Amino acid sequence: MAFYRSHVLVCVDPECLAKGAHEVVDALQDEFIAQGLIDEIQVLETSRIGGRGNGPEMMVYPEGIHYVGMTPDDIPYLVEEHFLKGRIVERFREVVRPIVDEELGALRPKEVRVVLRNCGQIDPNNIEDYLATDGYQALGKVLFEMTPEGVIDEVLKSGLRGRCGAGFPAAKKWQITRDVQDSPKYMICNADEGDPGAFMNRRVLEGDPHSVIEGMIIGAYAVGASYGYIYCRAEYPVAVQTLNIAIAQAREFGFLGKNILGTDFSFDLEVRVGAGAFVCGEETALIASIMGMRGEPHPRPPFPSVKGVWDKPSNNNNVETYSNVPQIILNGAAWYASMGTEKSKFARLCNRDIERFHGNGIFGATIDVTITRADCVRADDHSFNY
Amino acid sequence: MPAIKSLEELKRIREEALQKKQMKATPGNVQVIVAMGTCGIAAGARDTMKSVLNYIETEKVSGITVTQTGCMGRCEEEPIVQVALGDQPKVVYGKVNAQVAEKIMRQHVQNGQPVKENIIQI
Repeated sequence: MAFYRSHVLVCVDPECLAKGAHEVVDALQDEFIAQGLIDEIQVLETSRIGGRGNGPEMMVYPEGIHYVGMTPDDIPYLVEEHFLKGRIVERFREVVRPIVDEELGALRPKEVRVVLRNCGQIDPNNIEDYLATDGYQALGKVLFEMTPEGVIDEVLKSGLRGRCGAGFPAAKKWQITRDVQDSPKYMICNADEGDPGAFMNRRVLEGDPHSVIEGMIIGAYAVGASYGYIYCRAEYPVAVQTLNIAIAQAREFGFLGKNILGTDFSFDLEVRVGAGAFVCGEETALIASIMGMRGEPHPRPPFPSVKGVWDKPSNNNNVETYSNVPQIILNGAAWYASMGTEKSKFARLCNRDIERFHGNGIFGATIDVTITRADCVRADDHSFNY
Repeated sequence: MPAIKSLEELKRIREEALQKKQMKATPGNVQVIVAMGTCGIAAGARDTMKSVLNYIETEKVSGITVTQTGCMGRCEEEPIVQVALGDQPKVVYGKVNAQVAEKIMRQHVQNGQPVKENIIQI
């Protein structure tokens, strides 16, 4: 296998092709051959790099230099300067974005921040930050002012649907788990997030772990569970660490453990780490994995709500599903239900994929909007002109 | 910290937490927040954090609170650092490597001049 000291990625998406990307690639290859560098530097074709569309673009690694607007005639000079002499050619270098104003940007239109309200705003390792933004107040309201049936009713009216992908109404699942006459019952959080490239759950786990914990405690109260597992994939070490710190702090403050907030409701949590199996994102395989067995899916029925972990009723929901619960309790079902369409009442997170939209990131929106490229860009972002 | 045992205590804890948060934002106090989500760490946020803490130690500056936060959604701009002088609005910087961090500490935190070239909007 050849060892290259440098890689040059040239964008060949339709825009850049129209501006002569292929000619640039050819010119680069020719020049590298002429200079004897062809065994040291690899030229690769790639998709959008993210510039302003002012001409053919390329990225040079390992330096990470973004060049834009070269013509095939400029290539010999560029190769000589950058690859032979090691000097960056400023003339072609992509200019840094213009200065922006210093205030926290307004939400992009169509963006809704429910689950993401704290991410990036608080220190996830400090429970007091979470408390300062109404953290655990929903738990207080639930334990002192609501019955378990009342909680399920509220979540039902809000129309919260499962965020793992199936979209099953969360309250219905809670009701089913509640109705089973067996004990002990368990709450499970599916934090496996196996979808390649997706990191919506990771962002919440790393940025606002207490929202998930609080959601689980509230759910446990509604369902009658006494213990919970957060099954987090092994590829998220920071999330696992953040969760463990958060759980320890929650225990210290009395939000987890025996007699929570002085009531006779007890609940505790632990984190279980996965081991790299995509299949363990499926709930029955996940449950098998928690029990220390090989992660093999099992046929359903019986559903986990009836027979789950250790053959006991287990309510399994996604990180995002739980994260919505405290907000629903505090702001009311009607507020949550007002977002979205008749059947799909929610604001959920969607990943913006790097190729189709400028930049990357997570965007919270309701189901009834169409997100186009324009919606994902901040108002001042001049680097993209579609 | 003894466990909270009643609704009143819970509400009181919230007030205290809110006050502590507001105290951090008083004039004379500086908050430096480094984003340490996985995206940040992958981009080198640990070096950024070290640079910030190093600066504070060697220059013996006081009145600065350094904390961390999760991913803010501008993963392509990581490492990200937010600076808030007193009760002024936060200034968010992108692509803050160790050198830029030092520059921000010297120019913005100590001398009150934001480093315009690195500001991003989140």
